[in-house]
Amino acid sequence: MRIDLEPRQNISRSRELMAPVAALVIAILLGGVAVALMGISPLEAFRIYFVDPLTNTTDLQEIAVKASPLVLIAVGLAFCYRANLWNIGAEGQFVIGGTVGGGIAILTHNGAYQSVWGGGWILPTMLLFGALGGMVYALIPALLKVKLGVSEILSSLMLVYVAQLILDYLIRGPWRDPKGFNFPQSVPFDAEATLPLLLSSGRLHFGVIITLIVVVIAAIVFARTMFGYQVRVVGAAPRAAQFSGFKSGRLTYAVFAISGALAGLAGVMEVSGQIGQLQPSISPGYGFTAIIVAFLGRLSPVGILIGGLVLAVTYIGGEFAQVSLKIPQDMTRVFQGLLLMCVLAADVYTRYKVHFRIGAGQ
Amino acid sequence: MTVDLHLIELVLITIVTSATPLLIAAVGELVVERAGVLNLGVEGMMVVGASVGFAVAYLSGSTLIGALAGIAAGMALSALFAFLAIGLATNQVATGLALTIFGLGLSNLIGASFVGQKRDPAPNLYIPGLSDIPLIGKLVFGQDAFIYCGVALVFAVSWYLFKTRAGLTLRAVGESHSSAHALGVPVRKIRILAVLFGGGCAGLAGAFLPLADTPFWSPGMTAGRGWIALALVVFASWRPWRVVWGALLFGGATMIQLHLQALGVGLPGQLLSALPYLATIIALIVLSIRDRRGSAAPAALGVPFVADR
Repeated sequence: MRIDLEPRQNISRSRELMAPVAALVIAILLGGVAVALMGISPLEAFRIYFVDPLTNTTDLQEIAVKASPLVLIAVGLAFCYRANLWNIGAEGQFVIGGTVGGGIAILTHNGAYQSVWGGGWILPTMLLFGALGGMVYALIPALLKVKLGVSEILSSLMLVYVAQLILDYLIRGPWRDPKGFNFPQSVPFDAEATLPLLLSSGRLHFGVIITLIVVVIAAIVFARTMFGYQVRVVGAAPRAAQFSGFKSGRLTYAVFAISGALAGLAGVMEVSGQIGQLQPSISPGYGFTAIIVAFLGRLSPVGILIGGLVLAVTYIGGEFAQVSLKIPQDMTRVFQGLLLMCVLAADVYTRYKVHFRIGAGQ
Repeated sequence: MTVDLHLIELVLITIVTSATPLLIAAVGELVVERAGVLNLGVEGMMVVGASVGFAVAYLSGSTLIGALAGIAAGMALSALFAFLAIGLATNQVATGLALTIFGLGLSNLIGASFVGQKRDPAPNLYIPGLSDIPLIGKLVFGQDAFIYCGVALVFAVSWYLFKTRAGLTLRAVGESHSSAHALGVPVRKIRILAVLFGGGCAGLAGAFLPLADTPFWSPGMTAGRGWIALALVVFASWRPWRVVWGALLFGGATMIQLHLQALGVGLPGQLLSALPYLATIIALIVLSIRDRRGSAAPAALGVPFVADR
């Protein structure tokens, strides 16, 4: 078999919008086949993965809370990926953000340092320093890339492992809760260090609002500012960008700083709003799933918002399926990987006509 | 003195053992990248190779069949990559990442029912006399088949790339696919074959871990080795023999980590565990300072090829 790609003369907007939808449908069909092979009814699995999580308000809140970090990280990644820079270490920046922000919560535990100014400064400081922590951590691969030409793909990924080990060291060492029966976990955060809940029941917290604000700002930056324009030009036509005098080094720092800060913010919001303390592991792979979200949303903030919700549904549905169908959580990961492949393949159809020809070599 | 010799021998053997999976995976990826394709899915292909390799070896009772199954699994995953990245010209970075995410999940599904099972690791070669030579006997004549296989791969790849016409063509495809295409070279076919070769190597490297290195399968047991192998290719400036030195260097970093941890030095274990990853970053920095005059990367690396009819 041979595949021929013929460039399309006109790029259709509706085709671009339909591509991720088609990809999702195909991925669900493929997932159905996989589930059927495991001897489980695909219809039943579909209901549990994609319908049940949408049927009550508690689970809808869970979806929003799960989607929040995915969207936040993915919006940051969109800046990098549009500029053709491959930050794949968002997981590490997320962990560092959670660690730095969580560290402030641990320092101020039990009302410490709160006698003078009260406790109102703690949460904003945590969010700020969480974002800064992620930003600084993301600037390491950016610096290595600009100054020395070191591949940002490899350095950012290696730093994920390092970040996880830093957190692990702190939680098993100096930050371990002395009253925690020797469990590797920090003290529980004070109310002053916890993101407020939005509703009287459920777990929807204030971080979701921050995420929505970030999505709006990012959409404006991409569509309406010189910076957003530069990012797009550098990615789409690097030579043209060079000729028009854009400083690619400065842009590299900027997009890494943005994506690191947003991943760090997501990290501190996760520990403050969801977990309520530091643990050796604070992320079920959000930093990697966000890569899928970024592509599913076609690297646009609004698309990413939708993509984040879809992936959040698969997380919640995955938990349901584990309980009721005994499908392991890893099925969710397999599905997510499949989904990204489908998204990338569908994207090809927006730019090329694809002809499959049977027989005949190249 | 005999005790010291024994310790040195032990240290050298640990270095070689931890270098082997890196070496095999990196040599495979080197061929892929020489053909101009960047497959970031090495970690995913390795971990699936490990789980399938263990499962088949456990069920069949044969290490050889297990290893072959690992190779086949790695190739199957790389075929998926080839279909997308070469057939449909998708973004190679994103496709490779997708393959890794997919592979990490799939390997756990495959391996789930084998967690906690044990089997005898691959036997070591024993040649009476030769294997008993102090210091180098076990190192040279007493390893398992994977390690000899890795060394043979380096010889074969080095010879293929630089001494054969096919190797020259493959490198040409990696430098300029348009020129190669204009000369009538089947660019996509060569790239697909290179990707399949890389997948097979990654699968074999993964299978080494549960079949020879440890006697069991554990989820995510590749622990970033696929990524380190990718870094090794860069570190080696895309030259097979330099991969050997690089792999031994990383093997050394792992060995230091293990032995320091065993000795119980006053450093936190996490710092020691971070050594291989920090060493990778430092190696990439050193390399870029050394190669100031320009990267040795194949010119068309990572650029999708679409024939302009």
